[in-house]
Amino acid sequence: MNAPVENLTAKDFASDQEVRWCPGCGDYAILKTIQKTMPELGVARENQVFVSGIGCSSRFPYYMNTYGFHTIHGRAPSIATGVKLANPELDVWVVTGDGDGLSIGGNHLMHLLRRNVDLQLLLFNNEIYGLTKGQYSPTSKVGTRSPSTPDGSVDMPLRPCVFALGAGARFVARTIDTEAKHMGPVLQRAHAHKGTSFVEIYQNCPVYNDGIFDQIKEKKTAADTRLVLEHGKPLTFGADNEKGIRLNAQTLMLEVVTIGEDGVTEDDIVVHDETNKILAQMLAGLKLPEFPEPIGVIYCEATAPSYTDDVYQQRLVVREQKGEADLNALLRTGHTWTVS
Amino acid sequence: MSAVEEMSSQEGANQLADVVVRFAGDSGDGMQLTGSNFTEATALYGNDLATFPDFPAEIRAPAGATFGVSAFQIYFGSDEVSTAGDQVDVLIAMNPAALITNLKDLVPGGLIVVDVDAFTDKNMTRAGYTASPIEDGSLDAYRVLPIEISKQVLEAVKPYGLSHKFAVRCKNMWTLGLVMWLFDRDRTVTIENLEKKFANKPDIAQANIAALNSGHAYGETAELPTGVEVYSVPKAQVAPGLYRNTTGSDALAYGLIAGGQLANLPITFASYPITPASSLLHTLSQNKEFNVVTFQAEDEIAAVCAAIGASFAGSLGVTSSSGPGISLKGEAISLASATELPLVIVNTQRGGPSTGLPTKTEQSDLNQAMFGRHGDTMLPVISSSTSVDCFDVAIEACRLAVQFMTPVILLSDGYMANASEPWLVPDIHDYEPFPVTFEENPDGFTPANRDEETLARVWAKPGTPGLEHRIGGIEKSFETGDISYEPENHQKMTDVRKDKIDGIARYIPEQKVATGETSGKLAVVGWGSTYGAIHQAVKRCRQVKMDVSHIHIRYLNPFPTNLGELLAGYDKVLIPEMNTGQLVNVIRSKYLIDAQPLNKISGQPFKISEVENAIKSLLEA
Repeated sequence: MNAPVENLTAKDFASDQEVRWCPGCGDYAILKTIQKTMPELGVARENQVFVSGIGCSSRFPYYMNTYGFHTIHGRAPSIATGVKLANPELDVWVVTGDGDGLSIGGNHLMHLLRRNVDLQLLLFNNEIYGLTKGQYSPTSKVGTRSPSTPDGSVDMPLRPCVFALGAGARFVARTIDTEAKHMGPVLQRAHAHKGTSFVEIYQNCPVYNDGIFDQIKEKKTAADTRLVLEHGKPLTFGADNEKGIRLNAQTLMLEVVTIGEDGVTEDDIVVHDETNKILAQMLAGLKLPEFPEPIGVIYCEATAPSYTDDVYQQRLVVREQKGEADLNALLRTGHTWTVS
Repeated sequence: MSAVEEMSSQEGANQLADVVVRFAGDSGDGMQLTGSNFTEATALYGNDLATFPDFPAEIRAPAGATFGVSAFQIYFGSDEVSTAGDQVDVLIAMNPAALITNLKDLVPGGLIVVDVDAFTDKNMTRAGYTASPIEDGSLDAYRVLPIEISKQVLEAVKPYGLSHKFAVRCKNMWTLGLVMWLFDRDRTVTIENLEKKFANKPDIAQANIAALNSGHAYGETAELPTGVEVYSVPKAQVAPGLYRNTTGSDALAYGLIAGGQLANLPITFASYPITPASSLLHTLSQNKEFNVVTFQAEDEIAAVCAAIGASFAGSLGVTSSSGPGISLKGEAISLASATELPLVIVNTQRGGPSTGLPTKTEQSDLNQAMFGRHGDTMLPVISSSTSVDCFDVAIEACRLAVQFMTPVILLSDGYMANASEPWLVPDIHDYEPFPVTFEENPDGFTPANRDEETLARVWAKPGTPGLEHRIGGIEKSFETGDISYEPENHQKMTDVRKDKIDGIARYIPEQKVATGETSGKLAVVGWGSTYGAIHQAVKRCRQVKMDVSHIHIRYLNPFPTNLGELLAGYDKVLIPEMNTGQLVNVIRSKYLIDAQPLNKISGQPFKISEVENAIKSLLEA
C-alpha cells in the first residue's frame, strides 16, 4: 500500500467543503494536524478512507479530500470493519467522539478493538455532547451540569484509554487537539501499527464545555499536569523534571514522588515500557488532580496479527484444500439422482 | 379414509398414490436426522416430496415433556407434491408426549408406530395420560403397531459395547429402518451418512447401522398385523434431469453466491445468529473457496453496518436475520437507502411479535419490509415461494441491488428455510449475467451522478484514483452530492429516490397467473411459502370445475405493472396469509378492490383444505 506518492501537501488533503465547526473548536486544530500528517504517511489519497458516525467530530470526513463515509450514530467501527473486510488494502481511519464511540457505539468499539481490525481510530474526547446542545457524556466528570443534568451528573465517567485496554486494544495513545507537534508523531505511530490503533484526543468544546483541559494545555500548568510518555524514558514531570512516578511495592499502585525528597532517587522512577500492559493499564487510569495525565503512546503490542489478515489467510487455506471454486460443482455435491 | 386403510381394504393391491409420514419424539431423540435421511432415500427412490421439520425452541427440553416434542413430516407421492400434507397417514411416536401432541393430525385408520418401552408410568403421567393409550382402547380408531423398540435396539447394538445411554440413542435409526422397510426405501445412503457423521467414532457408526438394519429386518420377519406390509408409492413423473434435495436456506445461500458471480462482485455476508436465519450464515461460512467473506458480527446493527461498509468499498454487502433483528437494522438500512449503496437484506420470518415463536413460521414482517423505517425510505421487496425458489430469488435480489444501487429486502420464512424439496439442479450458465461497472473516469465525476434510465447512482469505490469523494446520511445536493439543506433539493431527492424504486417495475417481469386463467370468478393471490397450499387447493377446485385461478406475487414492491389490471379481471380476490392481513391491505389500498383476507397465525403453514374451504365458501356464496 505504501506505493510512491507524488509530492502531496496538507492542502491536497483539504476538500472543497466549507468547514462548519464552531469558531474556536478544537476540531479545527486536529483537522489541520491530520491534513499535515497525511502526506508523510506514504499512502496515495485514493487509498485513504475516513469513516465516522454522528456528532461534531463525525463531520470530519467531509473536510478530507480522500474517500469518506459519514454514517450513523455509533456505528462507524462496524462500517469501517466492513470496508476492511471488503478491501484490506485500504487505509482506514475512524473518527469518533466520546458520545458516538463510548455511549451509543460502545459495543462496536469494544469488538473492533478485540478483533484488532487494522485501522486507526481517533476518539475526540470533549467530555460533552456538542451537536445535541450540551448534554453530559459518558466521559463527563461527576457533577457536570448540563441541560439533562441541571443538578450535576451522578454517574461515573469512563476513561477511554482504560476502556480500550480492557477491550484488548494493542495500541493505545493519547494526545491533545492543539499540540500539533505531539499529535503528528502519535498519528504516525498509530498509522505504522498493524491492527486497531486507538488514539484519544483531548479536544476542547468552546461552546458547551470550554476549558476542561486548560490545566493540561496551558503552559504555566502543563509541566505539572502532563506526564509525557516516551518509551525507555523515566516517567518524570514538573518544571525541572523533579517529580516522577514510582511503583509502591506494598500497594501495587503508582504514586507521585519528588526526586531528592525522602530518599527518592532517579532509580526509583518507573521507566516507561509501552509493551508492558500492566503498566499501561495503570497509566491509562491516572488523572488529575492526584496525578499528571499521561500523553503519548501508552501501550503498543506489535506482534498480534490483524483481523482481516487472519480472515483472508483462512480463506487461502480453504482454497488450497478445496481447489478452484465451481458453483455448478457445488450444486451437484451430495446425493443427486437423475430422472430420464 | 387413510391411505393405509384404503390400500389394505383393496385385496392384493399394495400401491399408494401418496402418503404422509410424521416422525415425532423428544427433542433429543434425533427425529430431524431421521426425517432428513428418510427424505433423502425417498428422493432417490423417485417420489416427489415436501417436508416440514417442526421443532421446539428448547434445545433439550426435559425428557418426555410435551413442549419438547420435535417432529418431522414428509409428504411423498407419485404425483406433484407441493405441501407437507394436511393429515398424517403414518405417525411414529417415540414416547407418550409425541403421541398425545400429534394424534390430532392423524387420519382415522392411520398407522401409529409406538415404542412401548417409552410408555412408562412416569412418561405417561408427564404427557398427561392417566391410563396407557395403547391398552385403554382410546386408539381404536387407528391401526397401532406397538413395538418394544428400546429392547430391540439394545439387543441389536450389543456387539458394539456401547454404554446404555449411547445404545438407546440408536433407536431412531431402528425406527427409520422399519419405516424404510414399510415403504421399500434403500438404506445405502443412510448407511453412508452414518459412516460419514461418525467417522471418528466407528463403534457408534456401526451400532447405528446395526440398529437401522435390525429395524428393517424386524419388518421383514415379525408377524405384523394384516395390512402392515410393504407399500409401494410409484415414482413421480417429473421433468428429466439431475436432482438433489435442498432446503430453502441452502438454496438461498447458493443463490447469493450465484448472484455475486453474475454481478462479478465479491460478497461480504455479515450476520448475527438468530433462529431461523442462522443456517444461511453457516452454509456460506462453509464455502469460503468462493468469492464470499462471512462475518459474524457482535450484533444485528454491526452486521448490517459491516455489509454497508463492504458495499461502499466495492463488494456486494448482504445481511440476514429474522424479524426482531431486522427491526434493529432499520436505521442502517435507511442509511444505505440515503447513500444509495447496494445491500441485500434477507428476512427469514418467524412467529412474532418480539421473541414470539422463534422456530415456527409466519409471514408477519411484510408491513415491516414495506414500511418499517423512518423517513421516506422506499425499498424493493421480493419474496421466495418455495425452498427451491429461494435460489432464483436470491439472484434477483442481488441484481436489483446492484442495478439500482439500493437495499433490497428478500422475504423468506422459517417454513421454507427448513423444509426440503427435490431440486432440478440449475446450470449457472443459464442465468443472464449482470456485471457491475464501477466508475473510473474522473471527468465530470460527482458521487451524485446517476443513470438517466434506471436513476441508479454511480458506484465509485475507494482505491480509484481521482474519484475521492464523501457520502453520508445528511441530505445531498442532487447536482453535486455535497451536503444540502435546500428545501427544493430535499423535495427533488425524495422524488428521485421514490421514482427510482417505483421505476424498478419496468425492469421486472409482468405478473403471470400460476394456475388458471387471466380473468374469472375468483383469484387466490398469495406470496411466500403459502404457494404449495394455494397451488394444491386451486388445483383440486379446478378439477371439480370451479372457476378459480392462482396468482403468486414475487415482487411485492414495486408490484409488476400489470397487477392491478390483472386483479380487476376477477369478480373476487382471496388473499391467504400467515398474518393478520398485510398484503391484503396493500392490495386494497393500492388497487381499491375488495380483496378478502384468509388468515392463519398459528405458527403452522396452511393446510390445503383450509384454502380449499375458503375458495368453496367464496364461490358458493
